[in-house]
Amino acid sequence: MNLSLNLRAMVGRAYPRLIGANREPSWIFYETFLPVLTTAAYVCIYKALDAPKEFVGFVVIGGVMTAYWMNVLWSMAAQLYWEKEVGNLQLYMIAPMSKMALLAGMAIGGLFTTSTRALVILTAGIYIFKVDVDVSSITHLLLVFFLTLGALYGLGMLFSSLYLLWGREAWHLSNLLQEPVYLVSGFYFPVRKLGFSLALAASILPTTLGLDSMRQLLFPGAHTWRILTVEIETKILAILTIVFILLAKYALDHVEKVARREGRLIMRWQ
Amino acid sequence: METILTKDVSRTFRTKKGVIKALENTNISVNAGELFGVLGPNGAGKTTLIKILSTLLLPTSGEAYVLGYNVEKEANKIKPRINMVSGGEFSGYGLLTVKENLWMFSQFYGIPSKEAKKRINELLELVQLEDKKDSKVRTLSSGQRQKMNIIRGFMTDPDVIFLDEPTLGLDVTTSRTIRKFIQNWLREDRSRTILLTTHHMLEAEELCDRIAVIDNGKVLVVDTPENLKQRVRRDVVLNLVVEPVVDVNWVSSMEGVKGCLARERENGLSLLLRVVLEDDTPIADILAGITNQNARVVHVEKKEPTLEDVFLALVGKGLE
Repeated sequence: MNLSLNLRAMVGRAYPRLIGANREPSWIFYETFLPVLTTAAYVCIYKALDAPKEFVGFVVIGGVMTAYWMNVLWSMAAQLYWEKEVGNLQLYMIAPMSKMALLAGMAIGGLFTTSTRALVILTAGIYIFKVDVDVSSITHLLLVFFLTLGALYGLGMLFSSLYLLWGREAWHLSNLLQEPVYLVSGFYFPVRKLGFSLALAASILPTTLGLDSMRQLLFPGAHTWRILTVEIETKILAILTIVFILLAKYALDHVEKVARREGRLIMRWQ
Repeated sequence: METILTKDVSRTFRTKKGVIKALENTNISVNAGELFGVLGPNGAGKTTLIKILSTLLLPTSGEAYVLGYNVEKEANKIKPRINMVSGGEFSGYGLLTVKENLWMFSQFYGIPSKEAKKRINELLELVQLEDKKDSKVRTLSSGQRQKMNIIRGFMTDPDVIFLDEPTLGLDVTTSRTIRKFIQNWLREDRSRTILLTTHHMLEAEELCDRIAVIDNGKVLVVDTPENLKQRVRRDVVLNLVVEPVVDVNWVSSMEGVKGCLARERENGLSLLLRVVLEDDTPIADILAGITNQNARVVHVEKKEPTLEDVFLALVGKGLE
């Protein structure tokens, strides 16, 4: 593998997203103000119900991670479909770079807007919704956060191979995944409330364990609703990161071969 | 060794209406330093051939090699050394400037930024797009956009470049600039190779060292433009102007007629009929047939054969 080529490719593909964020600043409104409103709605419900104070914190952390899930789903997994529609995919596929580098470039480019959204929600949580955080270990928190992102983006790369194969049907896949994942990952509530078995099954999604661990590390009372201990969840997240990235590499290579055989790289509007 | 070699390459596509044969037992070989043209009407299989050679599509059967590597099994060895430009291509991102867009694509080939910017500036000047280098891509006209695409393809300095109708839909001046650039690029280094598809006869005649005439997925003939014209030199090529416009489909089925092309003239009042004949024998019958339809031949001219006549004689119909 040519590391220098792939690093350059990554930077090259990240560039339009970074530039886009500067040249079309309207995203600031859509990506910050509106998501804060969604989070605020859940906060209001919990406050009205007089739920345990940790629940407001859960919502805020869920809102933060929603930004990354949306980025993975719409701006990375679905992106190869859009690239085909606009005519870039063929040029990407004949280029010598790894397709993983291309997808990583999309992810990195999108991290700026996504992290801004996440940061705004976090800030709103602390200063407007008065969420009390008590970080037990900042190192562990950062480790869990980055492992969750690693596994999540690996999963996104895996999904992107499906978009390459399915074309327009894959659009429905994104719609299909968006809301159910909010539910089973427990973006706005502790997923343990769905029952241990379902929570464990949902742990195949990196956001489920990532959110659970981060909540335990940020809010001392959160262990009441935990799925597993932070240590075990961290190990599983590390395994998921490796597995999803390896699976994505295999799937992308395999799907590229299938797509070349079936002519799916060259047909638009399918 | 051939730079491009295909051995009995066939490609079919499954559609709701059945199986379409896009290419059938295609055999071509292209040497280094050649500008090889693939000439054929829309749907002849030209683009399918380019997609196979550029590693985007696998042949259903047969084998294809580029730079000695098998397109199916060794695509990764081919990719760093090739590039492709298509006519009417909409590549890149509209919010980037021309220079930014080109730089982005250069990174996919691992070209160091400084080197990439130098090459981009040189090519911008060569294709006369320098004044648009800082314009956003979405503001470009189709001609300017195609010049940018040409730079995108050539800036990686490929050993082989595939040009799929590169002047499609462009005005005369832009087409001429692009053709001149292509010719000079090949002259600079004869180890380079170009495979160009077109349905413009003049473009093929002006640019190509050799031409493969393709129709319905089959390669009908491969030769130099001069030799191809030589093939029909003994034939009789006639241009007739017929008034008013009448049905002349029957001409192509007459004995001794190798090809026939009828085009209604812009005024809509007359018809330009071009026929390729084995000898003079059918002329009288053609004239009589037209007269019998209450039309008259207002102009007759015997022409030197062109590449279009070669195509007419081989395929029996015109390109357009």
